[in-house]
Amino acid sequence: MFVQILFYAFSAVLIAAALGVILSRNPVHSALALVLAFFTSAALWLLIEVEFLAIVLVLVYVGAVMVLFLFVVMMLDINVEGLRSGFTRYAWLGALTALVVIVQMVSVYWVKGLGIDATQGAPPLPADYSNTRALGEVLYTQYVYPFELAAMLLLVAIVAAIALTMRRRPGLKAQDVAKQVAVRREDRVRIVKDVDAGGTGPGAGGGTGEGGAR
Amino acid sequence: MITLQHMLTLSAVLFSLSVAGIFLNRKNVILLLMCIELMLLAVNFSFVSFSRFLGDLDGQVFVFFVLTVAAAESAIGLAILVVLFRERKSINVEDLDTLKG
Repeated sequence: MFVQILFYAFSAVLIAAALGVILSRNPVHSALALVLAFFTSAALWLLIEVEFLAIVLVLVYVGAVMVLFLFVVMMLDINVEGLRSGFTRYAWLGALTALVVIVQMVSVYWVKGLGIDATQGAPPLPADYSNTRALGEVLYTQYVYPFELAAMLLLVAIVAAIALTMRRRPGLKAQDVAKQVAVRREDRVRIVKDVDAGGTGPGAGGGTGEGGAR
Repeated sequence: MITLQHMLTLSAVLFSLSVAGIFLNRKNVILLLMCIELMLLAVNFSFVSFSRFLGDLDGQVFVFFVLTVAAAESAIGLAILVVLFRERKSINVEDLDTLKG
């Protein structure tokens, strides 16, 4: 009973946060509402004992992706009012589509039943069950190649994001390390013969101090 | 007791809300990206609840990969958005008409 109350409370917060994302006037408020939605989802996932993914959701989404969103939203100087014009023009179509989508999705498993008893609770887990351990055992054996592919995908994403946003400013005074490394001795040093041939002593050519490396 | 129906209904509501959000915020690219994130969250909800209630761990592994791909997608999407804003000084979808045929 207590779990059910918690479920309904978190669901209400989640739906309110989703409404905040799609309806708020300011993109920063939308991003913050999305953070709330992710947190509430993590709580709901904890409620049905999916611990590892709940923590990953908070760490990856709230910690990385949403911070990136907030950075971009705050960095760009956006004219919000221009983007809001005609906000309700297709609202009826959006509401209609949303209604159709929800009726279709709910009817699939309320009417048809899927051959699963969807009115039962989750199967109970043993007391020493570790979700992280179970997931890790599958991920590092059966799914090890997809796992490595995911790592490659993230690497490609890093390179793509940097390559897209990097720009060269003209007149920027920067070090060119490749040129510095590739330089040879002949480019920088010129040996000149000592022109003061008459002198015999060791200090005779002392006046021409610039005879060395130039 | 939470049942599979509860979770799936919540997931459907979340998904349809984000579909409505795409209709409402159709001019703002940032809001469109956020609505896509919300949609992916709804789909992940379904995956997680099916995985948990049917006792099959593969659904959670799939959610893990969906999270990875979604993180990469939003990083590249935001990079494109930044470049777009630098070029056009606007993120309005209606201004992106260079490719019209």
